Amino acid sequence: MTPKVPAMPLAVVRVSAWRAMALVVRRDLRASLRQRQDLLNPLLFFFMVVTLFPLGVSPEVSFLQQAGSGILWVAALLSTLLSLDHLFRHDFDDGTLEQMVLQPQPLFLLVLAKSVAHWLLTGLPLVMLAPVLGVMLHLDGNSIAILCLTLLIGTPVLSLIGAIGAALTLGLRAGGVLLSLLIIPLYIPVLIFGTGTVAAAANGAPVGGYLALMMAFLVLAITLAPFASAAALRISLSNS
Amino acid sequence: MWQFIRQLFHKFGSPKWFYGIASKMMPWLLGIGLILLLAGLVWGLAFAPAERLQGNSYRIIFIHVPSAFLAQSIYIMMAVTAVVTLVWRMKLADLFVRAVAPVGAVLTFLALFTGAVWGKPTWGTWWVWDARLTSMLILLFLYFGVIVLMSAITDEKSSARAVAVLVLVGVVNIPIIKYSVEWWNTLHQPATFKLTDKPSMAPEMWVPLLLSVLGLYLLFGWLACLRMQTEILKREHRTRWVRDLATAEGN
Repeated sequence: MTPKVPAMPLAVVRVSAWRAMALVVRRDLRASLRQRQDLLNPLLFFFMVVTLFPLGVSPEVSFLQQAGSGILWVAALLSTLLSLDHLFRHDFDDGTLEQMVLQPQPLFLLVLAKSVAHWLLTGLPLVMLAPVLGVMLHLDGNSIAILCLTLLIGTPVLSLIGAIGAALTLGLRAGGVLLSLLIIPLYIPVLIFGTGTVAAAANGAPVGGYLALMMAFLVLAITLAPFASAAALRISLSNS
Repeated sequence: MWQFIRQLFHKFGSPKWFYGIASKMMPWLLGIGLILLLAGLVWGLAFAPAERLQGNSYRIIFIHVPSAFLAQSIYIMMAVTAVVTLVWRMKLADLFVRAVAPVGAVLTFLALFTGAVWGKPTWGTWWVWDARLTSMLILLFLYFGVIVLMSAITDEKSSARAVAVLVLVGVVNIPIIKYSVEWWNTLHQPATFKLTDKPSMAPEMWVPLLLSVLGLYLLFGWLACLRMQTEILKREHRTRWVRDLATAEGN
């Protein structure tokens, strides 16, 4: 009869969901700060796309004043799209994502944390760069302030919705173009209200209602999008 | 009753059973659908009175409204079956989404095209960036997205579930389509039929319209069955019943 081996107590580390989310955000920030070029690329792209419009359409002050907020919004949208492919890609390639799915914390919270990190790394810098470009497009001070406010509310929505597309196209060939095709239609309402707010402000109309609607989009995206992204991630991982 | 529902539920898991029932239903769907659609179109295009302000150009409504109606409801049907795919992993639900997504895209295009043709004489322009038109265009993009994703993922099961997730995310767009008329209140006239009100059109106009809408629904049912049957045969071509079917057809 074999001697009975006393059961080894398993080392159980209990991590609350909040703590896990904070760790994911911190890890993503740290990983990106070590790859600074990747951080800079969407910003450069944003800058260059905005430059194309005065060159390609017209450098007239009247045109730029009218179209400026739209140009900035479209450029911000495109550069967010461009950066989305990286959102899960590295973690997918090195297997981190599978570990994340196995965590006891709900996956949608971890996905939410990753979206927050993505926004901090791409959306927030775009918002900070926007006033400079706004001045270059001859927008007046009030319009620039409103524009930055709409971008501040709108870009997290872009990151959250984009995460769904990034999760769905993970591990597919030609994922980048596919991602854009899936996600652009979903971005349109945000774009309409984002630029609509600035247009209303320029006409002297009250913008409270517009901003409230954009906040509603944000709340809706925060509450629903992580569930869809988490479901899509599980599907993509089971596929590989 | 409960027993019956459960039996039906299990039967819906079987493509073979569906193939049989679809074959029985299809002639009816095709026949009645064609009769209704033709009756509606002939009545609408030839016999209904001309509109007071728009003259005869309004008659395109008998094609425009049915296709727009169906384009939107197909997406909602897809969303409902997407839930079934995600919750119960039912093969037929995925087959349905796969079969009808291109049909929905074509009808959306048809609605946009007839709208453009109608817009030229009445609004004086082919295209207006009005909320309703734009959201119809977004609906077309959503259909494209679904079709593209369908063909990009080769694995049957994960393709089914990924498409279902995308359809459900896109269905958020449908209320925006519906309410955009009230939100932005622009050129496009409000919806013709409302469940709560009496139609504002003359009965000689809305009765043929209703006929063609119903006819197109039935024809859509027929087409969906046909396309699902084709997909079933493709997927199950190794099974015994498909082979038996093929040899029976061959003789």
